[in-house]
Amino acid sequence: MPDAVRRQSGRRGPTGGAIGVPRRRGRSPLPRVAYYAGSGALLLVFLFPIIWLLLNSVKPPAESSAVPPTFLPTHLDWGNYAALGSLGAGIWQYIYNSAVVAVGTVLGTIVLSLLAGYGFSRFNFRGKNVLFVGILVTLMIPFQSIVVPLFLVLHTIHLTNSLIGLALVYITFQLPFSIFLMRNSFEAVPRELEEAALIDGCTAVSVLYHVFLAVVRPGIITVGLFAFFAAWNEFFAALIFMTDQSKFTLPVMLTIVNAGNYGTINWGTQQSAMAVTMFPCIVIFILLQRYYVGGLLVGAVKG
Amino acid sequence: MISSVDGRVTRSRRPSMQSRRKWIGFAFVVPATLFVLLFFITPLAMSGFMSLNNWPLLGSRHFVGLDNYRAIKDDTQFWQALGFTLKYAAIATPVIFLVALGLALLVRKNAPGVGVFRTSFFIPVVLGLGATSYLWVWLFNDQVGVFNNVLEGLGILQQPYEFLGDSTTSLISIVIMVVWKTAGFTMLLFVIGMQSIPEDLFEAARVDGAGRWATLIKITLPLLRRTFALALIVSVIGSILAFDQFYIMTSGGPNNETLTAVYWIYNNGFTYYHLGYAAALSMVLLVILLAISVVQLYLLRDSTQL
Repeated sequence: MPDAVRRQSGRRGPTGGAIGVPRRRGRSPLPRVAYYAGSGALLLVFLFPIIWLLLNSVKPPAESSAVPPTFLPTHLDWGNYAALGSLGAGIWQYIYNSAVVAVGTVLGTIVLSLLAGYGFSRFNFRGKNVLFVGILVTLMIPFQSIVVPLFLVLHTIHLTNSLIGLALVYITFQLPFSIFLMRNSFEAVPRELEEAALIDGCTAVSVLYHVFLAVVRPGIITVGLFAFFAAWNEFFAALIFMTDQSKFTLPVMLTIVNAGNYGTINWGTQQSAMAVTMFPCIVIFILLQRYYVGGLLVGAVKG
Repeated sequence: MISSVDGRVTRSRRPSMQSRRKWIGFAFVVPATLFVLLFFITPLAMSGFMSLNNWPLLGSRHFVGLDNYRAIKDDTQFWQALGFTLKYAAIATPVIFLVALGLALLVRKNAPGVGVFRTSFFIPVVLGLGATSYLWVWLFNDQVGVFNNVLEGLGILQQPYEFLGDSTTSLISIVIMVVWKTAGFTMLLFVIGMQSIPEDLFEAARVDGAGRWATLIKITLPLLRRTFALALIVSVIGSILAFDQFYIMTSGGPNNETLTAVYWIYNNGFTYYHLGYAAALSMVLLVILLAISVVQLYLLRDSTQL
């Protein structure tokens, strides 16, 4: 996170002081060396499980399950990844399932929270504040405590074992935070910007599309980013609502691998399956991390 | 004259414009509201009703009044699971806090390379809890796991040890995993909080000759109270709702000793299909969570006085 925190909080960096990066002006370079050595060691500790996973996933399949484990692969081998093709309904089915749920959740969350954020920020209607606070309060009631009746609701409208059904549930649970964040994004835009367009006779929808869409784009990306991680990573609801193996998302697919044939665990396949599950999260986070931090700032400072 | 005409025109137009805008504004929030109504309010209301019924997935349900709640009173497995969950929350939360505070102090300043450290400490947060639980099942494995191998190499272990096979070591193992997985999130909250402390305060402290520890204890930590309260809520609620890591890493075993509250609700609802009883358990859990939230919100409010 190079400049994210700095830029978002509008503060500039080190002038020295308490623990942390040692002052640059000053005596020996020893504290600085110690700082980078210590932080670097911690960095290795935090990244080790992921690096170790990737390293093992490209070992030849037999070596991935070796007792004791080998350190470096004897040679690069994509066998563990090739084996994913015959896993359950095939890895592409699970990637497809996860992608459909994630894209559906991201798009649905963005559209609904964009409209609601606009409505709550720019219009006055009876019951507005009650409705807004009511939606926010649902944040205090966790998904786990209503999962049983929610299962019945989905069962009744035939949305269990449905990728769309799962996305609808994820959208609902992303909404409170997303609406809060989008409303804040709209609030930050000066009124003058839309007034000219309104006087020219633009409709509310065209003002949203032509005036606001570009301005609140960071908020949209943040909302979409949080929705993506929630949908891609969620395990509990997917485990309950998806009972048909061909409808599993990637995290639930890992339950299949772990069972394996004849009670044995095929560690190599398990490793490549985990790598495939985690890879998009790492890439997307590294690319868009400043929007993630921006969302946390709104939540932490104003929430 | 012109102005009076204008005035009349705008006066007669304005109310209709305004009332139209009211309806338009309402229309914008309707879709989101419908989602919340259908997938949140409806199940929440149903939850209360279901808890008063004997409600199997198939077959007929019938009203039983408060019988489910009476049954909870005698459900030793539920109280044991709740006790274990609270114990887990009580152990995990302070460890996450301490590790996160240490990390935050390391990366609070913007200096060359610090962004790389921040990102690295944060990466586990964006990986799914399900996937990372499976990852650590492998790391902790007694045969192919790297920890056993290293500890044996160092001579600390004489023979392979099954970390997830015993309730004490599996609890410790899961806490280690969860700290690795979530400390980065709490760290980032702390960094955000620390960067919002005016730099002049640190300057003033330095001018007054305050050392690093004095600055930390007298300035940084007290001013972070609001952030602490927020991080506390996130961490405690998250721990009390724990399911994925125990389902995946221990299956609640051995002998249901690592069963959590949500896990017991899951078993009743989706293994035994006692939906009414599971709904009653959910209501009890919800009341406990709301009570904890109220206490923590009170702490949060108190600290905004600063």
